[in-house]
Amino acid sequence: MYDCIIIGCGIIGAAAAYELSKYRLNVAVLEKGNDVAMGTTRANSAIIHAGYDPEPGTVMARLNVEGNRLAAELAGKLDIPYKAVGSLVLAFDETDLGTIQHLYENGVANGVPDIRLLSAEETLAMEPHLSREVKGALYAPSAGIVSPWEYALALAETAVRNGVELHLDSDVTAIEALPEGGWRLATSSGVYEAKAVINAAGVHSDAVHNLAVKPDFKIIPNRGEYYLLDKSEGTRVSHVIFQCPSAVGKGVLVSPTIHGNLIVGPNAEDVGDGDNTACTASGLEFVMNTARRSVPDINFRDSIRNFAGVRAVSDQPDFIIQEAAPRFIDLAGIKSPGLSAAPAIAIEAAGMLEKSGIALEKKDSFIDERRRVRFSELTPEEKNELIKENPLYGRVICRCETVTEGEIVAALHTPIPPRSVDGVKRRVNAGMGRCQGGFCGPRVVEILSREGKVPPTEVLQDGVGTNLLTGETKMGGRE
Amino acid sequence: MTQITCILCPKGCRLKVDEENDYKVTGYSCEKGKAYGRDELMHPVRVVTSTVRAEGGAHRRCPVKTNGSIPRDKMFDAMRLLDGIVLESPVKRGQVVVKDILGTGIDFVATRDL
Amino acid sequence: MMKEYQLIVVGGGPAGLAAACKAYESGLRDILIIERDKEAGGILNQCIHNGFGLHYFKEELTGPEYAGRFIDSVRETSAEVLLDTMVLQVTEGDGGVKLVHCVGAKDGYQILRAKTVVLSMGCRERTRGAIGIPGARPAGVFTAGAAQRYLNMEGYMVGRRVVILGSGDIGLIMARRMTLEGAKVLACVEVMPYSGGLTRNIVQCLEDYGIPLYLSHTIVDVVGRERVERVVVAKVDENRRPIPGTEMTFDCDTILLSVGLIPENELTRGAGITMDPRTNGAVVYENMETSLPGVFACGNVVHVHDLVDFVTQESQRAGAAAARHVLEGAADAEGAISVETGGAVGYTVPQKIRVGNLPGKTCDLFFRVRRIFGDSVIRVTAENGEVIAQYPREHMAPGEMEHIMLPKVRLEKAGGKITVSAEEKEENAQ
Repeated sequence: MYDCIIIGCGIIGAAAAYELSKYRLNVAVLEKGNDVAMGTTRANSAIIHAGYDPEPGTVMARLNVEGNRLAAELAGKLDIPYKAVGSLVLAFDETDLGTIQHLYENGVANGVPDIRLLSAEETLAMEPHLSREVKGALYAPSAGIVSPWEYALALAETAVRNGVELHLDSDVTAIEALPEGGWRLATSSGVYEAKAVINAAGVHSDAVHNLAVKPDFKIIPNRGEYYLLDKSEGTRVSHVIFQCPSAVGKGVLVSPTIHGNLIVGPNAEDVGDGDNTACTASGLEFVMNTARRSVPDINFRDSIRNFAGVRAVSDQPDFIIQEAAPRFIDLAGIKSPGLSAAPAIAIEAAGMLEKSGIALEKKDSFIDERRRVRFSELTPEEKNELIKENPLYGRVICRCETVTEGEIVAALHTPIPPRSVDGVKRRVNAGMGRCQGGFCGPRVVEILSREGKVPPTEVLQDGVGTNLLTGETKMGGRE
Repeated sequence: MTQITCILCPKGCRLKVDEENDYKVTGYSCEKGKAYGRDELMHPVRVVTSTVRAEGGAHRRCPVKTNGSIPRDKMFDAMRLLDGIVLESPVKRGQVVVKDILGTGIDFVATRDL
Repeated sequence: MMKEYQLIVVGGGPAGLAAACKAYESGLRDILIIERDKEAGGILNQCIHNGFGLHYFKEELTGPEYAGRFIDSVRETSAEVLLDTMVLQVTEGDGGVKLVHCVGAKDGYQILRAKTVVLSMGCRERTRGAIGIPGARPAGVFTAGAAQRYLNMEGYMVGRRVVILGSGDIGLIMARRMTLEGAKVLACVEVMPYSGGLTRNIVQCLEDYGIPLYLSHTIVDVVGRERVERVVVAKVDENRRPIPGTEMTFDCDTILLSVGLIPENELTRGAGITMDPRTNGAVVYENMETSLPGVFACGNVVHVHDLVDFVTQESQRAGAAAARHVLEGAADAEGAISVETGGAVGYTVPQKIRVGNLPGKTCDLFFRVRRIFGDSVIRVTAENGEVIAQYPREHMAPGEMEHIMLPKVRLEKAGGKITVSAEEKEENAQ
């Protein structure tokens, strides 16, 4: 019997696991995918919002601003790629000027630090590639850019290092209240029991809720499509550039990514299926045209990838953070600014557990740090030292991002080793660059096969069933 | 009447070859093209390139080719001859891998050192 | 003081090998070739098909054989080959010495010194993201070159039922290879109204196996959760936009992309060398020298070639020029003619000609046209509008590189710039 089981290991589940791993608790995380961060967490705008969007008094407002502060702190401790580059919300007309005035007041009320309104001249001086149509902007220096999957991974890894059990490939199919209190969960990897359950199942959090408790909210999966552009476009802007939000969301943004690329998107479209991450010609065209209103000279010919993510928008205006039944806590409907609010949401959840009677006693031995080698960021001397110790660091596997075999092998020996080519990509950036794995893909497959002692035909692109190779040639009729 | 594309130069003339009429070629713009059209219909031949399994070398496969053209309709049968072969390193470029493919007098040879 | 090489060649593919051999032949002795792979030969090692060398060796070779001949030639020189080593940066040191920063498992991170550098890093394939194919993103979408590596070097099939997008030569070659290895290639889909590949490949890789080529078509949707399950293909209009109602569905597990190559010039850009947005390569002079004196570029890193034979010839010019730079001193950069493009000519290489520096009586000029031409003429016009050279052509296509040789005597009187244009002959102009 676990003290607590967390369902889902996206950014919310990972943050909850990290938070609970600080205490003397027996915690397990059940994730249906073969890796962490397999849902919304891996396909979003990768922004830590400042916190001026949510209306004052909402849970979103409070947790966004707090989460923003915590993100900066966690990034330092857990080696998460993060940078507070600041954001601009552009105004193009009188209505927009009214909107940014309103957002400014929200920001002040929500406690967003150093927020201020800029004139058109000030805005263009900060961002020379913006449209000359800009009439002013709201500037929030605390907004940041982050690697969302490494954020989730760092939190989950630290949790595992501190004793949390992570069960991948564990899709929860039934939840039953135990007569003596607590819950029994049937999953694709076996049966688990816990005193308390935290539902962090993202786009599927309504379905998970409904397994245990009577329905009281609904997720309306909302898809957003993006362009990721080559590093040659990565300095087109140096802040996160928003347009004024509308009823459908924060609109199309243009932003540098923490890896040095340019991200452009998203649109917003309700899709029935929470796993529908397909891109559409019309969606991408909308994103391109809308983004050009902010930054007219983006060179979309330098696009290296299109992707889409699905947000866990719900039928409720605010985040759904509630004890839906005794010791069954929903962290649901965590739409934007969910990534920003995650660590604050986790603290909130821990507090709810405590109130429900689960004692939170701090561990003495909590490990609150994480480091990994990023070869391309080292000085020549450091590079040489490392190669002398381990020659695998001298073998560049991914040419575009200068990722070495040493980094890939090291990732394979972390608490949550990658099980696929994309898993390697999320951990060390191999294949993230302009050739999108064209050159390094076969070499990563070779390393995964060698280190995992499996034939290359069993190496996965991503989730279960995404085998890259279908068979061998020249087997003399043998298959 | 069969229509084929001449491959002898980038122009890519659309040749018409009349099998009923002594393989008469029309649509060509040079004498070489005319001859190509006739040969291609009467007895088309191809060079086949493929790989065979290799052990002990830098790669798991060694590339091979037919050291001359073989009849086009024998390509898949020729491929089958390669299926069970395993070369041991060292392999030399030009080394014969399969002798006299299907009685054609043409061999499969290795195309690299391994 | 660390050793200073006369020449460092970055990349040991066909371009780098030919440049090194020629530099040796021209008198250099301290030559180093740096190759990131575990063996020299570059992409030719996986191009196991034949058709290489018809121009240069006057016989038909496979890729590995073509590479093998040059690897053998390099062995006969004093050039060193440093394998499994990646060049990260090329910078300039005091007195014009070139510093080549590289990293390898054996030697760690080193900064090597050279009087001259030849850049021959080749090119990479355009990806799905670069062309924006809509739909889901399951496993089973490969660039043709990546699939070729799996198939030819490692012996693995990437799929059983294949649709190929783009009719570039690698895609066509892979259609044949996968068919011979037992896969079913359902279609080759090309967005342009003409193929990007060589005619012989259309015939011998598609027609021989009854694989349909759909011109003016593209993929409009990819379906599949784990692995590709099907693709939807539609006809496009003259603006390359899909025409509703023309959709066809193919049940397949694999999509191969053969949608173009991009010169790989991160090092070149990092060195501050002037680039040509039309080629995505460096702007080069008649001897393949870049805007940085003593740094030369050749092969697919300068512009994407159709035949390796032309890569060899171009690289030999670069190798010879590097030798001349070391042995006779830098070329005089004054008075270069700039080569402009007109009338459906996409680009030219070289982009600049220093007439006084031409070793022979002619200057080789390469270019590609942007559409299909029938009976036509290539015209070279001087700055004052006078036609200084004309070359008739029966046929030109974007898939094939054009080569002309400009007489030095004409160039001497051409002024500061010349323009290369292509025109259909009057009588067949439509």
